[in-house]
Amino acid sequence: MFDHSKIEKNSILMLIGILIVVSIGGLVEIAPLFYLESTIEKVKGVRPYTPLELAGRNIYIREGCYNCHSQMVRPFRDEVERYGHYSLAAESMYDHPFQWGSKRTGPDLARVGAKYSDEWHKTHLIDPRALVPESVMPGYPFLAETTLRYKDIEDHLIANKMVGVPYDDDMIAAARADLEAQVDPDSDGVEGLQARYPGAQARNFDAQPGLPTEMDALIAYLQVLGTMVDFKAYKAEDNYR
Amino acid sequence: MQTTGTEFEQVAMFAQTWGLVYLTVMFAGVLIYALRPGARKKFQDAAQIPFKED
Amino acid sequence: MTFLVFLPLGLISLLGLSLAAGADDAVMYGHGLLMAAFGFLGVFWVISRDGDIGGPAKAVPGGVNYNDAVIRAGLIASTFWGVVGFSVGLVIALQLAFPVLNLDLPWTSFGRLRPLHTSAVIFAFGGNVLMMTSFHVVQRTCQARLAGGWAPWFVFWGYQLFLLMAASGYVLGVTQSKEYAEPEWYADLWLTVVWVVYLLVFLGTLWRRKEPHIYVANWFYLAFIVTIAMLHIINNLAMPVTLTSTKSYVLFAGVQDALTQWWYGHNAVGFFLTAGFLGIMYYYVPKQAERPIYSYRLSIVHFWSLIFIYIWAGPHHLHYTALPDWAQTLGMTFSIMLWMPSWGGMINGLMTLSGAWDKLRTDPILRLLAISIAFYGMSTFEGPLMSIKAVNGLSHYTDWTIGHVHSGALGWVGMVSFGAIYFLAPRMFASEKLYSLRLVSAHFWLATVGIVLYASAMWVSGIMQGLMWRAYDSLGFLEYSFAETVEAMHPFYVIRALGGLLYVIGGFVMAWNVYQTAKGRIRDERPYESTPAAPQTAPAE
Repeated sequence: MFDHSKIEKNSILMLIGILIVVSIGGLVEIAPLFYLESTIEKVKGVRPYTPLELAGRNIYIREGCYNCHSQMVRPFRDEVERYGHYSLAAESMYDHPFQWGSKRTGPDLARVGAKYSDEWHKTHLIDPRALVPESVMPGYPFLAETTLRYKDIEDHLIANKMVGVPYDDDMIAAARADLEAQVDPDSDGVEGLQARYPGAQARNFDAQPGLPTEMDALIAYLQVLGTMVDFKAYKAEDNYR
Repeated sequence: MQTTGTEFEQVAMFAQTWGLVYLTVMFAGVLIYALRPGARKKFQDAAQIPFKED
Repeated sequence: MTFLVFLPLGLISLLGLSLAAGADDAVMYGHGLLMAAFGFLGVFWVISRDGDIGGPAKAVPGGVNYNDAVIRAGLIASTFWGVVGFSVGLVIALQLAFPVLNLDLPWTSFGRLRPLHTSAVIFAFGGNVLMMTSFHVVQRTCQARLAGGWAPWFVFWGYQLFLLMAASGYVLGVTQSKEYAEPEWYADLWLTVVWVVYLLVFLGTLWRRKEPHIYVANWFYLAFIVTIAMLHIINNLAMPVTLTSTKSYVLFAGVQDALTQWWYGHNAVGFFLTAGFLGIMYYYVPKQAERPIYSYRLSIVHFWSLIFIYIWAGPHHLHYTALPDWAQTLGMTFSIMLWMPSWGGMINGLMTLSGAWDKLRTDPILRLLAISIAFYGMSTFEGPLMSIKAVNGLSHYTDWTIGHVHSGALGWVGMVSFGAIYFLAPRMFASEKLYSLRLVSAHFWLATVGIVLYASAMWVSGIMQGLMWRAYDSLGFLEYSFAETVEAMHPFYVIRALGGLLYVIGGFVMAWNVYQTAKGRIRDERPYESTPAAPQTAPAE
């Protein structure tokens, strides 16, 4: 006969009971996401971030942009019209960690890439209210003045590879060169960069001469957001919920 | 996204049968334990534990 | 025995020094030195105490040799971190109303200060309250001294080191960006060590109990400690860039990472901010009301159903996202079911006061505890409502969520903590009584009015913003630009900051009251027996 008083009397039994009870929910909900193939759609175009975009993403994380900006367009008519096609799981499959966010103090950024010019982003990041008077976003003037630190960028690619992002040895070996080439559109390295990362945009994002800045990296990241998948084949209207 | 409909139905089916049975049994077990008449005295004593200190 | 303590402290110092020596970045250098200082200062601190691990606040002949010193330390830490966390909250609330306050500097921008606020209130204030009260409750209900010699002190100081590394890391830009799990990999590992010792101290004390039955408050504390350990470890699995770099990449990506994060995030609410604080309710409400819990049987049903159902609720944070629909629906279903055990707990807490309602008039501490349970009931009704997909479609991404969180955090967690702090202060500092009950009442009103302003402002602004986002004009175009919705928020952000200001002032009033109580002072004030409303001539009820 099962006797609950044993559980109360025996703290270890109770501990095990608690662990079993609280494990079930997580196992049933999370584990299937790793083996159900339909969790992540098969779409073309999603590639790992270029070294510069990855560095920019790390600045996005460092400054806590996710506190105010989501990167997850929901399948509602107003969101699709305001931001673009609703987000697919495949689009964040290389995001360690995900940046879906939970609050929109500012607008969603899942599809901000290619919507504004580099110059707009630079001006806006330095002084948001110069372009959007109602904005409550902090200014980030220091990004344009801070040289990007990327001497260990290979290590970042390696760490990403170890958690499952398909960076190959070639990409890792060329990481530093690719980063420099992406801010120098006239350099010889651009071809290699675009061969390794199809569709990568090489521009002097901050329009400043000299070494790549944090502004370069952040704008490169913002400009790639939501641009990898070709949505001409999709009909958003069929999927409103 | 096309296959989520089937998956959804499979999960819903499972939840509405085995999930329901599982939850009901668990809940009934806790209720029987907590409400069985024999434990009245024990629980009255347990509720007094905070006042035994100092 | 003392020599045994020096060994781990020395190892911690060595580890800190080697991290600093090989540091890849300035923050790792600083945190390595901090860790080394922890070990060095720990050795001196242990020596200076000359074998005094801590005794009872008031020695009773033949009584248990309680360790009240570590609870006293927790009392000071809770009060300190509470005031800090509330104040940073006020700063970031003002930043949203007046963005110039971001100062355009990296260290003072909203994006870095918001995690500082959330971690300071949840983990620094809430965590210290939970550790302090669990150490108190487990000793008193087991009538046994805290287990483990110096181990409870390691838990206390080790936890403060974790908080210091986390807080300074955020300001300097070191974050994992997973909400409420922002500290980087090395701080996470350190917390894991501290947490395991915490679990062992708690279990070890349970093993020493003289009572055959484990009192229900301890069940909630145990569930809190064990589940938080599980959530923390799995959600923070990460690959550091190098072993001397602050930066890491989390193991999971995209949709899997999102669900793991919100499984963690929601159960941080469920087990840190709910189960743990229910442990507080199940001990301190009966103590302060001087009546046993309304129904011990209900508390058992409450416990098992709450911990079983809570763990499933996480996906409601991801409604209409790229998370598969079946997971969203599962999360919603369990979130709605969660209403029942939550209200079971609320009824159990509130009904404990039945027959003693008159005490609410004369005992402001009991009033704090009672209103905390009322706020618990309110936010656990609002939560299931917001987890319904149709409602969530409107509320998600808006301030409604922020308002909901704060009615739970300020109302339930804050108020029940204040009650426990006021209960413990005179007892742990061995004062005759609290410095001032009138100030407790002032705190009660400041906090209550603050919450009402906060929650109502966020409720209006959240629903308004949600509706503005989806508004269409007669021609079928979106009616408002995003910037227009931001502009419309401004008055509500000002009202919210005002509510926050009141709550912060209440925190300072409490700190003053605790400080004076620690000094053994008693304020010269009108006692509560003769309430001003009671006519002098009429006999007491």
